Amino acid sequence: MVYIVGVGLTPVGNHWSKSLRHLAVEASVKALEDYGKDVDYVVVSNMLSGVINGQENLGSYVVSHLGKIGTPAIKIEAAGASGAAASVVAQGLISSGVAERVLVVGVEKMTDYTSLEDTTSALSTAIDSEYEGFPGGTLDAMHALVMREYMKKYGVNREDFSYFPLLMHKNAVDTPHAQLRFKLKPESYMRSPMIAEPITLLDLAPVSDGAAAIVLSKEPDGPNGNAEILSVGHATDTIAIYRRESLTEMPAIRAAFSEALERANIERDSIDLYNIHDYSSVIGYITTEELGLAERGKAPELFKNGGADRDGPTPVNPEGGLKARGNPVGATGVYQIAEAFLQVTGRAEGAQVEGAKTALTLSAGGLASNVIIHLIRGV
Amino acid sequence: MWAYWQSVPAHWREIPARYRLEGGECQDCGYRMIPREDICPKCGSRNVKPIDLPRKGKVVNYTVIWNAPRGYEYYTPYVIAIIELEDGTRLTAQLTDVEPSDVKEGMEVEMVLRKTRVSGESGLIAYSYKFRPLIK
Amino acid sequence: MAASISNYPLGEVIIMRANRKVGIVGWGVYVPQWRIRSEELARGWGRDWKRYAAGIMVEEKSVPGLDEDTFTIAYEASVNALRRARIDPSKLRAVYIGTESKPYAVKTTATMLIEALGAGGEDRLTTGADYEFACKAGTEAMQSIIGLIGSGMIDYGLAVGADTAQGAPGDALEYTASAGGAAYILGPSEESIAIIEASLSHVTDTPDFWRRQHERYPAHTRAFTGEPAYFKHIMTAAKKLMGLIGTTPDDYDYAIFHQPNGKFPLRVGTRLGFTPDKIKPGLITPYIGNTYSGSALVGLAAVLDQAKPGQKILVVSFGSGAGSDAFHIEVNDKIEEVRDLAPKVMDYVNRKRYVDYTTYARYRRMIRMLHDFSAY
Repeated sequence: MVYIVGVGLTPVGNHWSKSLRHLAVEASVKALEDYGKDVDYVVVSNMLSGVINGQENLGSYVVSHLGKIGTPAIKIEAAGASGAAASVVAQGLISSGVAERVLVVGVEKMTDYTSLEDTTSALSTAIDSEYEGFPGGTLDAMHALVMREYMKKYGVNREDFSYFPLLMHKNAVDTPHAQLRFKLKPESYMRSPMIAEPITLLDLAPVSDGAAAIVLSKEPDGPNGNAEILSVGHATDTIAIYRRESLTEMPAIRAAFSEALERANIERDSIDLYNIHDYSSVIGYITTEELGLAERGKAPELFKNGGADRDGPTPVNPEGGLKARGNPVGATGVYQIAEAFLQVTGRAEGAQVEGAKTALTLSAGGLASNVIIHLIRGV
Repeated sequence: MWAYWQSVPAHWREIPARYRLEGGECQDCGYRMIPREDICPKCGSRNVKPIDLPRKGKVVNYTVIWNAPRGYEYYTPYVIAIIELEDGTRLTAQLTDVEPSDVKEGMEVEMVLRKTRVSGESGLIAYSYKFRPLIK
Repeated sequence: MAASISNYPLGEVIIMRANRKVGIVGWGVYVPQWRIRSEELARGWGRDWKRYAAGIMVEEKSVPGLDEDTFTIAYEASVNALRRARIDPSKLRAVYIGTESKPYAVKTTATMLIEALGAGGEDRLTTGADYEFACKAGTEAMQSIIGLIGSGMIDYGLAVGADTAQGAPGDALEYTASAGGAAYILGPSEESIAIIEASLSHVTDTPDFWRRQHERYPAHTRAFTGEPAYFKHIMTAAKKLMGLIGTTPDDYDYAIFHQPNGKFPLRVGTRLGFTPDKIKPGLITPYIGNTYSGSALVGLAAVLDQAKPGQKILVVSFGSGAGSDAFHIEVNDKIEEVRDLAPKVMDYVNRKRYVDYTTYARYRRMIRMLHDFSAY
């Protein structure tokens, strides 16, 4: 058994005056203070520090600035799933007996690149750089191909995609650490500038800085709340999407989900909320479909009709998701687990789903090419 | 910095694929692919041989890029498409010599060789396959 | 007439005639789709277009796209030539490109073309080089290939003339400097669609036009580019070739001259004694501008697109600096088999989309961006 016993978050946003190290230290100190004890291992998650900040060796980097010189530390990367992957590694360290208490800290500092071309290049390292990126493709373009296919297959239009960001923004208003805490008007969505047709700016997660930390322990010994990690489900798909059979199905999500359910030995009905990886509106929709929250092609209706609302039958991203909480990529997975932890221990403040006990988090690297699901229950 | 400067060997070793659409064909299950893999993604065979893929195909999906990555910003708007070649092999490629609004699914296209990634005025000109509507 | 040329005694060697007869096995052209009207150029610079029009007789010119250059043009023309030649590209043992707009000042365009076509087989056993002689580098490349095949050193070679010509903003050359090219696969006469019976070159040091090292645009001497340069060299080469092989303008069905504008080729042809109807089929500059190293060779391709077996063609190129290469070519009946295997010159002439001066300036890299990591 591995438990989540402490948590610390920085607000997600544009932290012009804070460096990678400031953010990582801020979140880590908060988490360690929340837990109240020391850790014997540090696992850092990050995707882009080498590209954007010119800094690798983040294990040593973080413990050096955290005043924990000597503590074993490593960095884990799996694009957008980096944070979830760091948690998987930390659980392995604990269950194998290598460590007893592990600090998992995700950190990303994207705004040191100040132009969209550069952040686009950086994010596009998550796709096949030689055979998708080199011809001029981007991560956003791959989501656009999926969106066009989805629109064609199910006969849905641009307006149908607005329900997703509208809910995410609405949820983020109540989330203290969210980046975009304002309501989105439907007409603003419809006027949103094109990024890669048919994907617009408001279909996509923003560029974000942020750090999130959790402490994992083999005992439920956190003073402010504890959650058990019931299971992890993990699966991959081809990095290049032109080699896939379908663009409207994400089999890695299905595989990871059924594995997670089986290992946890729980029914899907017992999941109280879903914290999913919505890099784009369309992947948000497809993910809810793969998780069985909506029939194929019916996710827009789920979001339109309130089915995914915080007080609806299957709440999705009560904190606002990548779209509105923000997406400090390599830290996002840790934010997701941290948010789920706060939910199942009743500490999610304005974002709280009433009576939430069991939460699912789903983190995805690339275009659902590396999918990690956590099932978490408050104890 | 990699985003500003194309690595020369990284481009050079892909020249057979980028200039001539050299891909791979699994000698056991017949699956064709670009780039050529050492291990067939379909059947796991290690017996994959180089093969020049057909240079004609059709557009199966596409997107118009308005926000380009660094080094491509001069070319917007441009079209990135998934192409299915005549033998069924798929790849991602840029379309050229076409108005984005004229692109349609099923559009017949042929391979041409064009400047793809240019490293400033003093660096490498990386040429590669692009596809354009059939001329004749 | 063919017999008389073949029987011409070698004696003192003046004309270039191969020991083994050499011919054209396949030809192909490529012209970018973009056009700018001369009127639009004149509007941009506040010139009196109507007065200009009478002077150059060029309605519009081709403009290379953002991702096009001499190599990509040469590649497409060569692919078209291979379609007509119907030979495996591995059989090409010499690839020479004539151009004055090399993508790299130092790094041979031919190596890229050899790699893209797969010339010389898997081991790339082929010679390759870029030639420069202003607008006649393409015909110069042809003469070299003729020599290699004629001497028996190789069986097949590829000669290309292609350019993305530079005309300084506001300069008279801006109305004509265009983009395009032609590729010729030469081989043994038995497999040829037309035999190159004889060739001759004439060069002098005549500085009518040049581009200094590191300069973006060429300089020229306006009126001086006419009589002492263009007319003198073409007239000399044409007259000497015809005189030595014993032909007259009446023996030819077509005459192609370098075409820096729409007017000069008609004028030089008329002076030599050719009627306009023999010149006009190969006069392409009025529609696409001057493709420099491609100029006379695109004209020849337009003639091959329509020539009948047995017809005779005179080609005279001109390169500033200055010199002319003249060729006597005779078409045979194999031409009908291959003519339709690739797009024709007029297919490219008619495939066009117009740009305004702003887009033209962007495509020709006349506008510098703040962070331009994709320039050139």
